[in-house]
Amino acid sequence: MKQIQVMEKAALEALQNVKDPEIDSISIVDLGMVKHLKAEGSTVRVELLPTFMGCPALDIIRKNVEAELGKLGSFEKIEVKFIYHPPWTSDRVTEKGRIQLKEFGIAPPPDLISETGEWHVECPFCGSAYTTMDNLFGPTACRSILYCKSCRNPFEAMKPVSTMM
Amino acid sequence: MNKPDYKPFDPVIKSALTALLYQLADDDFILAYRGSEWLGLAPHIEEDVAFSSISQDTMGHAAMFYQLLEDLGEGNVDSLAHGREASERKNAVLLEMVNGPGHYLSTAQYDWAFAVVRNYFYVQAKKIRMDSLKNSSYQPLADVALKVNMELYYHLLHWKTWFVQLIQAGGEARQRMEAAIKKVLVDFEGVLTLGPLGYEIAKHGLIETEERLKQRWLYMMKPVLESVNLSVSESDFAMKNGNGRKGEHTADLDAALSTLSEVYNVNPAASW
Repeated sequence: MKQIQVMEKAALEALQNVKDPEIDSISIVDLGMVKHLKAEGSTVRVELLPTFMGCPALDIIRKNVEAELGKLGSFEKIEVKFIYHPPWTSDRVTEKGRIQLKEFGIAPPPDLISETGEWHVECPFCGSAYTTMDNLFGPTACRSILYCKSCRNPFEAMKPVSTMM
Repeated sequence: MNKPDYKPFDPVIKSALTALLYQLADDDFILAYRGSEWLGLAPHIEEDVAFSSISQDTMGHAAMFYQLLEDLGEGNVDSLAHGREASERKNAVLLEMVNGPGHYLSTAQYDWAFAVVRNYFYVQAKKIRMDSLKNSSYQPLADVALKVNMELYYHLLHWKTWFVQLIQAGGEARQRMEAAIKKVLVDFEGVLTLGPLGYEIAKHGLIETEERLKQRWLYMMKPVLESVNLSVSESDFAMKNGNGRKGEHTADLDAALSTLSEVYNVNPAASW
């Protein structure tokens, strides 16, 4: 493997340590936020896709990315940029990320959105489909509040977002 | 890099483009601010969570539009948002109006019917704009529109639900909703207009014509309004309190700007 590829691989691994500040079980990589990572000489450029535009965690994420990549000691210049295109969609969350969300008590975004725009969410605790939506809007822009009628726990789910909307 | 290469524009196209971007940015910015004033005062706690989340998204949209202006050399995002006087603002007057009498810190007597109607009618108009902007001749704007549109889906669903339920509740709720609809419509032309450069904006394919967007709004709203025995026609639209696209504004905007830019004016370099 070429030197540059080794560096990029190490950088991507380092980004596994950058967690969503509000869901600390999942990395920005598994959230599907990392669109592009490229090393060139001693410069590394990272392009990130914001989940929701008004998300106040974006600046924290940027700083954490810079800090983690800085720790590797192989880059003199670290450029982190948020880009809007392509837009982040909830199907970018990885399989591993879906499991990590559940561990945190957050249901992963539903896979499929039917034509009516309805979505069905399984309880992250007991797996029941017998759940109701309490509030489409949750404590952060990307989450909704639901209730499981089987195990009687309130829980949150990541909102599905798709370009079909 | 993926950063689009901003080639020097024909000055005519550039002035049409910036005119449109100022409208989009200023509309979202001031309505998000009005939404934030409701925090802690919404009818119930779930609504408090929802409305503040929507306002946060909306402020995020304003930030993106200001970013596009910054990229075109109009100044930095913070100064565009906080450092411009009322006469330089291009938002529709309807969106700057106070939520109701009183102040959010003490004696607020805000009008929830007005909040629901203003937001529902505006978000529907914004949705139509974003759908049209997805085909904008200015690609960076088309990219942003696609992103905004995805979040808007939930906003529209939210306000439509409130609108239909309150009107169908009858009694005082319906009366107050009908009063709010009147109040919103007499300034709604100010939301729908693309301003003095509207013709140029459409001519250069930045967005479709004002007339087309307006007809689409009426078309989209018709079934919803009919389902609750209401009708709205083009002749109901007016600009009673001025044309914000021309920089005409009310004292409500001056008051809002002095509050929201207080920190910025103390220290423009403050970190947020």
